[in-house]
Amino acid sequence: MTLKVRTEHLSAWYGAKRGIEDISLDFEEHAVTAIIGPSGCGKSTLIRCMNRLHEVIPKARSEGKVLLDGEDIYALSAVSVRRRIGMVFQKANPFPTMSVYDNVSAGLRLNGVRDRKRLDETVLRSLKHAALWDEVRDSLDAPGVSLSGGQQQRLCIARALAVEPEVLLMDEPCSALDPIATAKIEDLIFDLKKEYTVVVVTHNMQQAARVADYTAFLYLGKLIEVNRTRELFERPAQDLTEKYITGRFG
Amino acid sequence: MKLPKFPNPFRGLPLRFDREGRRLWKDFGMSIAAFVCVVIALVPLGSILIEAAVRGLQAIGPSFFLLDTAYGGIGNAIQGTLILVAFASAISLPVGILTGIYLSEFGKNRFGDAIRFFVDVMTQIPSIVVGIFVYSLILLLSVSGIVSVRLVFSAIAGTIALATIMIPFVARTAEEALRLVSVSTREAALALGIPRHRMILRVVLPTGASGLVTGALLGVARVGGETAPLLMTAYGSGFGFSGLDQPVESLPHTIYTFALSPYTGQNQAAWGASLVLVLMMLMISVFSRLLLRSRYPLGGAGR
Repeated sequence: MTLKVRTEHLSAWYGAKRGIEDISLDFEEHAVTAIIGPSGCGKSTLIRCMNRLHEVIPKARSEGKVLLDGEDIYALSAVSVRRRIGMVFQKANPFPTMSVYDNVSAGLRLNGVRDRKRLDETVLRSLKHAALWDEVRDSLDAPGVSLSGGQQQRLCIARALAVEPEVLLMDEPCSALDPIATAKIEDLIFDLKKEYTVVVVTHNMQQAARVADYTAFLYLGKLIEVNRTRELFERPAQDLTEKYITGRFG
Repeated sequence: MKLPKFPNPFRGLPLRFDREGRRLWKDFGMSIAAFVCVVIALVPLGSILIEAAVRGLQAIGPSFFLLDTAYGGIGNAIQGTLILVAFASAISLPVGILTGIYLSEFGKNRFGDAIRFFVDVMTQIPSIVVGIFVYSLILLLSVSGIVSVRLVFSAIAGTIALATIMIPFVARTAEEALRLVSVSTREAALALGIPRHRMILRVVLPTGASGLVTGALLGVARVGGETAPLLMTAYGSGFGFSGLDQPVESLPHTIYTFALSPYTGQNQAAWGASLVLVLMMLMISVFSRLLLRSRYPLGGAGR
């Protein structure tokens, strides 16, 4: 097992309100780690600290370390961290003024890449990777927002992949999708781990069980338990975890 | 021929006053009241449009647009209004839009709140006060010998007055337009490793562009009809544009002078000028509405 990302005593606040408290968690390379827990337990906050998007919110701050390949991301520039750690959001958010092609190539184009051939190749590769190419190959010039909800979410995944990140953070990527679109994204997550380190926040415990190699359970901003997914679901070490996964609260 | 059946407004109303009966009658009463209010609100609008059209059309002919106001036309007034509005826009659109960008993207602090407050106060200042302000400003400057006394009544003075009215208006509409760009769109850009300044330039501005253009056009429409500040600055002239340091005619000023004139011919020309002005402003408004329905609507599913 190779360690890709590690959080050390990570805490985060929104003003005076604490979002997560003292979370130390390891993320293995080329594996899917799921983060589960009831609403408001700090799942999103945790992964938003991992690409330094948490600090964009007014009055938000964090303490502790996030190590990417052993290097503290808070010692690097936020921009370079976010290029290495991509993110997919809960609600698909393609750029409203851009076409499918422009959406996927946005990360490169807006950072100064003009080489048409390279952009073409990146768009093709990313869309194929996100399992969307066959559905949009004839409508690359159509507005990104004209796609269906599930397609938009895969478009956002393609957009994140286009900048070739090392880690992909996914914040409840399927919560707004129907079961068929969800299945497609789950298949995709399974494929993605061959090349990327994937972190998925999810409300859906079946989803965690289906796609994740490791699962971490958060409750009230604290890390309760983390283990191999199978272990965590079959033999939870903590009473709280067992209560949550058997649906007795949350 | 069968006449279309007018729906009976009393249909379905019960002749009883129990709980439900009262509710239905109340609903009926409020609907009628709302309808009457709409009619009351629309009467002046319709009356102005119809009156200006009926009376104005009689004055309008090819020569009406070609002759100067000294000869009963409005050619120089249209020219002057276009010049004043163009120069005022050239000053206030960059300043106003940049202020709007600052307020929306960097203004979430006390300094931003202070600017926002002053901009709001400025939009409420009566335009005649702006006219007096610019008039006294240039007068003071010319008395102290900094500018020529000719500038007191000049196209430049008119431009400054209109720009003073337009800047806060454009700044506020620009801020509103950019604030409509959702947090999720902004975060999507940041999460791709796009630096903040480039996110603003390449994502936020294009997404808010139709709103920015609408605000700019409404600003143009707003100052295009201003009369009071121009009375004390651009003043007015019977002839065409003769230099930025000279008085210049404008449509509102033409209407003002022609309408107060003792000659019926000029009174009629005032109606014609009103119609032209109303149509110009209406066109700008309609055009800005059309822009809002752009290729990629702001309310796209991705937001």
